[in-house]
Amino acid sequence: MMCRVLLIVMLVFGVTAATAQNGPLRIEITEGVIEPLPVAIPDLVPENAEAAAMGQQLSRVIAADLAGTGLFREIPANAFISQITDFAAPVQYADWKAINAQALVTGAVTVIGDQVTVKFRLHDVFSDTELGEGLQFAGTTDGWRRIAHKVADVVYSRITGETGYFDSRVVYVSETGPKNERRKRLAVMDYDGANVQYLTGSEAIVLAPRFSADGNRVLYTSYETGFPRIYVLDVGSVQQRVLESQQGTMSFAPRFAPDGQTVVYSLSQGANTDIWAMNINSGQSQRLTSTPAIETAPSFSPDGSQIVFESDRSGSPQLYIMPAGGGEAKRISFGEGRYGTPVWSPRGDLIAFTKQTQGRFHIGVMRIDGSEERLLTASFLDEGPTWSPNGRVIMFARETQGAAGRSTLYSVDITGRNLRPVRTPEGGSDPSWGPLQR
Amino acid sequence: MTLKPILMICAVLSVAACTDPGRFGADDVTSNAGLGAGGVVPGSANDPTSPAYFQQAVGDRVLFAVDQSTLTPEGRATLEGQAIWLLQNADFTAVIEGHADEQGTREYNLALGARRADAARAYLVSQGVQAGRLQVVSYGKERPIEVCSEEACYAKNRRAVTVLAGGLTS
Repeated sequence: MMCRVLLIVMLVFGVTAATAQNGPLRIEITEGVIEPLPVAIPDLVPENAEAAAMGQQLSRVIAADLAGTGLFREIPANAFISQITDFAAPVQYADWKAINAQALVTGAVTVIGDQVTVKFRLHDVFSDTELGEGLQFAGTTDGWRRIAHKVADVVYSRITGETGYFDSRVVYVSETGPKNERRKRLAVMDYDGANVQYLTGSEAIVLAPRFSADGNRVLYTSYETGFPRIYVLDVGSVQQRVLESQQGTMSFAPRFAPDGQTVVYSLSQGANTDIWAMNINSGQSQRLTSTPAIETAPSFSPDGSQIVFESDRSGSPQLYIMPAGGGEAKRISFGEGRYGTPVWSPRGDLIAFTKQTQGRFHIGVMRIDGSEERLLTASFLDEGPTWSPNGRVIMFARETQGAAGRSTLYSVDITGRNLRPVRTPEGGSDPSWGPLQR
Repeated sequence: MTLKPILMICAVLSVAACTDPGRFGADDVTSNAGLGAGGVVPGSANDPTSPAYFQQAVGDRVLFAVDQSTLTPEGRATLEGQAIWLLQNADFTAVIEGHADEQGTREYNLALGARRADAARAYLVSQGVQAGRLQVVSYGKERPIEVCSEEACYAKNRRAVTVLAGGLTS
């Protein structure tokens, strides 16, 4: 019901484009961008009457995506010297150079019934040429924002050399009410907070939803039975089922393995909490840790071979890595403070985590050997990092202090720049960022 | 105009029902006890066999130090009272809820709440309460009773609460 089918037609049109793959128009993200690249994104040209409103809507979403990265700065339309009124007409590069637009996105849109078709070109203004080939995307009018995100992903990808992340979704916990009567329900939204859809009611506490690698299923913890149990939900049908569990135990903190068949989670029996793995189809489970300490928050490496998790076996919560089948764990966090909720980056090279030190909370990243720890945020309570599909941005939840405390989703670059709230209709916590959609 | 006072009493009762029972101090119990045996209302806090009595006179909760699940001397004394009551009122089962303050991650606090609930459970069992009558659940930091972000509130939120779950025969 929620899958707006997006038919993507990638047509190459025009033969004038000279691809300038290593041209001057390039952002090296790793260097930490201080001066955003000026980009002009005129309204897409409506090619029929039905498309009249769509041209501006699409350009606004494309612009918001790009400017939202902190890597681009949009040049306002009132500074434009020439207007784009005909997509096929040659671009007057001099007019765009004069306003210092280094990149220019031109496009056209056609709406026929419930079908939207968008064609666009990315121009490297100071090279008087196009960057890459013109492309065309088609989809339904309901899913028009996805088309804009697709265009922005291409622009981002061509200029940075990295995969984009705009056409992606986030599952999270939507929150209302004061701290002592908070109501929580699962929700899924576009990465930018648009198109929120609620997946559960708020009768029972729900916690920490986690997407499968393909974005089709979500694991989460619910108190529906009065005790924390793990559920798996199909995002398309919103059908859910509870996973097998032993009487008298509590299970929580689930995450999928990359193959989508194995689930790792925490199981509390008496005072002890260990990490277990379960085959989601057979219900067969296996214990992976066996110390009397708290072991929780497991997260797989992208190749599925290792698990990073949190344990207080040393006396305070720290991060450890063990083989996916269990066995000897190696401690990787050694800084001052308490470490929790480690999440392996999709590139495999970094671990994001929550750190508590001197009464403050931080979201940070470290290499998988624990070196080069970097704290990206600081506040009264930041927790629960999740990676953008390209491993460049981290989303997390920030709760404010005191009786009126409220939880809000934020995102931040792994450089520590570009901290910004993600606007959701209600409060938000426990985000899990899904894959780039196909 | 006889209707008016009755309505007002109803209103007061409903407000009381909404108030967190944890905020009732020993004072309430003392003043109720003054009614004497003839004044005992079955099920009320001065009926020694009632859950309300258990909650208010015996004390339904024990508190913990920061990041700890070790019982304090006060906590053990409260649990000893709970055990005596549970042995005398053998029809009741209980769910022990473990809770944490907000200073910790969600997952860690769930596990910490399990430790606290289990510490209370194990102590009750050591005092003779049948293990089969007790269940544990952790709410982590999901259900604070106090909402300020200060130690005064955190101290009350780091708790294990013994919630009576109806009579065995009911």
